[in-house]
Amino acid sequence: MPPVPDAPPAILIDGVTRSFRAGGRTVTAVDGVGARAERGAVTGLIGPDGAGKTTLMRLCAGLLRAESGRIEVMGIDVGRDPAHAQARIGYMPQRFGLYEDLSVRENLDLYAELQGVPASERGARYDELLHMTGLGPFTGRLAGRLSGGMKQKLGLACTLVRAPELLFLDEPTVGVDPVSRRELWAIVGHLTRTANMTVLLSTSYLDEAERCGAVLLMHEGRIIGADDPASFTAGVAGHSFHVSADGIGKRRLHERLAGAPGVVDATIQGAYVRIVTETAAPPSAAILLPDTAAARITPVPPRFEDSFVTLLKARGGAAAAPFRPPAPGRASGDGAEEVIAVRNLTRVFGTFRAVDDVSFSVRKGEIFGLLGANGAGKSTTFRMLCGLLPPSGGTLQVAGYDLRHAAAAARGRLGYMAQKFSLYGDLSVMENLRFFSSAYRLRGALRRERIAWALEEFGLGPVSAATSRDLPLGYKQRLALACALMHQPDILFLDEPTSGVDPLARREFWHRINALAEAGVTVLVTTHFMEEAEYCDHLVIMAQGRILAAGDSESLKARLRTEGHPDPTMEDAFIALIEAAAPTRAA
Amino acid sequence: MSGSFGRLRGLLRKEFLQIARDPSALAVAFLLPAFLLLIFGYGVTLDAHDVPIALVVENPDAVTASVTGKFAQSPYFRTSSFATIAEAEKAMDAHAVTGIVWLREDFTRRMLSAGGAPVGVIVNGMDANSARIIEGYLQQTWANWMQARAAERGAPPPLPVAVQQTVRFNPAVSSRDYLIPGLIAMIMTLTGALLTALVIAREWERGTLEALMVTRATIGEILLAKLLPYFLLGMGGMTASVVMAVTLFGVPFRGSLAVLTGTSALFLLAALGMGLLISSLARNQFVAGQIAIITTYLPAFILSGFIFDIGSMPAAVRFMTHIVAARYFVAILQTLFLAGDVWAVILPNALALAVMAAIFLGVARLGARKRLD
Repeated sequence: MPPVPDAPPAILIDGVTRSFRAGGRTVTAVDGVGARAERGAVTGLIGPDGAGKTTLMRLCAGLLRAESGRIEVMGIDVGRDPAHAQARIGYMPQRFGLYEDLSVRENLDLYAELQGVPASERGARYDELLHMTGLGPFTGRLAGRLSGGMKQKLGLACTLVRAPELLFLDEPTVGVDPVSRRELWAIVGHLTRTANMTVLLSTSYLDEAERCGAVLLMHEGRIIGADDPASFTAGVAGHSFHVSADGIGKRRLHERLAGAPGVVDATIQGAYVRIVTETAAPPSAAILLPDTAAARITPVPPRFEDSFVTLLKARGGAAAAPFRPPAPGRASGDGAEEVIAVRNLTRVFGTFRAVDDVSFSVRKGEIFGLLGANGAGKSTTFRMLCGLLPPSGGTLQVAGYDLRHAAAAARGRLGYMAQKFSLYGDLSVMENLRFFSSAYRLRGALRRERIAWALEEFGLGPVSAATSRDLPLGYKQRLALACALMHQPDILFLDEPTSGVDPLARREFWHRINALAEAGVTVLVTTHFMEEAEYCDHLVIMAQGRILAAGDSESLKARLRTEGHPDPTMEDAFIALIEAAAPTRAA
Repeated sequence: MSGSFGRLRGLLRKEFLQIARDPSALAVAFLLPAFLLLIFGYGVTLDAHDVPIALVVENPDAVTASVTGKFAQSPYFRTSSFATIAEAEKAMDAHAVTGIVWLREDFTRRMLSAGGAPVGVIVNGMDANSARIIEGYLQQTWANWMQARAAERGAPPPLPVAVQQTVRFNPAVSSRDYLIPGLIAMIMTLTGALLTALVIAREWERGTLEALMVTRATIGEILLAKLLPYFLLGMGGMTASVVMAVTLFGVPFRGSLAVLTGTSALFLLAALGMGLLISSLARNQFVAGQIAIITTYLPAFILSGFIFDIGSMPAAVRFMTHIVAARYFVAILQTLFLAGDVWAVILPNALALAVMAAIFLGVARLGARKRLD
């Protein structure tokens, strides 16, 4: 279909507002949004969790009604004629809309019937979709037994069974490993090129913006930027630099740069600190680091995230306040002390080896990362380290205790922050702090002092009476970290700590973690955010229960560095390792 | 039109595949009914049988031996003897016996004199219902003994008139025969309302309903595709229950199968309508299950006349029973099983069911939108 010159845009949104009532409060999820998406392109709806992406997409699909404003999809008013608009839309909701107790083939059949694809056309269409998604060998398998990446592709195939003009994908890459993410993007690119399909895709991964033809940047219910990704990046070109200095550790350097004048953003990137400045001029070392002689400042290419953070900061995002970490309860020894020692750790469930001969060690005051896709064995390893699951074989020492004999003693020395919000949602912030402090057997003056510390250092004072469930995600995360630190642990375990929070909250979080590590707390973190691996001193990459590679982020990336690919990302390194380990995967 | 047929066929096939593959749906539809029938058929009964009683005979002789013999022979009682009333009361306090028959020291002397002898009967009144039943059995056994004794001595019976009791429809006065028909209404409430509300809530939870709404399927097709399979499942559960009731427990069936089928269908439609309504309010399985139990299953149990007689409820509660669909169906079932096609009972109750089915289904249909809000 050649583009019609005067055809209306694929999506036209004008002054749309939608709010919800939750727990007695009114939350405006979409707040006076105006935007458009052009035909034949991939438009990315990008923003952190809770920005209003899903609500906006449901409004566009006619699943919700706007309170004010209007939305046109392919020239049809969705509010007035949703059925007519829906006939031209394919929509994949979060979790893909699959029937888990139906097979791949049965799911396709269902959607083919629902979309009115004649039986005679199905064979050819199925072949095409199964080939594109690589699901051909699995047509008889129940959807519930597929991996996350395969479910995502089946959900997409079901949506495409009758090729729609406009495809809505709501967070298709959430909970999916980097390899599958890359494959999905390849399919989406193929669809827009060959079938002239228009795609609206929402994501909270900022690095995916660069793959879109156009970007709608969403934050707190508003569109704060709409342009092609290159223009976003071009706006901050010349603002990004790598900084390193002799004699200052990267965390100390980061701490100082984050508070330096003219610096909008500072993140640790392997051995360097990456900064984004207010102006395009190269910053002077004398101003950035007044009393440091040997500072090296190298310009680096801008990223989409630089532009997002700059936009957010310009809208009044608060700079991270200095953080006074708690002194670890029983700090002793020097930095060479081995705090966690894992030797030949194995865990078997039935015939399945979830963790297979894993060995590593973590030194005091180190940030140690455990990276891997879903099902790689990270969580099982974590549970064994916390003494929640007995190992099938190997030895495990945490803070000098053998976990098989003294799990309780070891647990008293560690703090744990779970992946999902695992505090009591019905209790207030204060009640949660009181409960956790008593669970750690703090009493009297010490308990009051620790609670006061948590309220002060995590900025929870103003919300201490608020019900935890109703807090914004960033505050929930702060509260969870405060609870995990109540008893001044020497070791902190973080399981996917920053899933879904916005980039500013993530920076603030890492700012605190860095300060903790500087104070001698040992941090063990699992993550699938490859950029967070950059904060780690050491990391291991796991797949199928084994360690594929270990080292620091620089050495892992260096393995991939070639003439043609001078600056591979952590994600590139990760994918290369996974693909090398399982070459048959793509087949 | 043909498109609509294809969509409905696709949705129905999906629904049946899910039922076949999900053990929990089949369990609610078939295993739970069988389990309830077995409990009510074998375990729960409102009849007295082998009730433990204490016999206190202060001055044993031939006359008292004949009284105690009568109680010992009775199938209703299991007797144990105590020398003093104090010991017997202790046994009652310890729940070892439920009743005491007390023949005082002067029993035989007064028995032989003209006035007749008093018998002390003490019944544990903690469970008032059972107490009253046991009291009746004790009196009856006593009266039997008096009659037998009078006949022995060739004297006229001491009681002026012997009560001639006739129990119509349930001559054996077996509680099983009227509990089991009512139980079938409970079972159909489970499949109709609970199961339907749960499976739709599951579609909300898994996000599949959201995906269906953006397809060309209409809301009518989506609802119909939920109604039909669970209607068939409910009728299947009902058939299995009736067969079990008649063959395994020997409950008589005196009505006609056509009337049973017709009225069951009406009741099931009302229950399904309720299930659809619940699912439009509750979008997760836990809440849907809670609402379904509280608004359909518990009222059906307590307010339908299945166990507790509606006639003896306070007026306000009796008024409330009119909005419980199971009430009408229990009345129909008890009539069909024990009496036959009594149209005076069946017609008004069936009409009430039809009205309720129409209201629930109508509201569910009108309230349903292809939207999330």
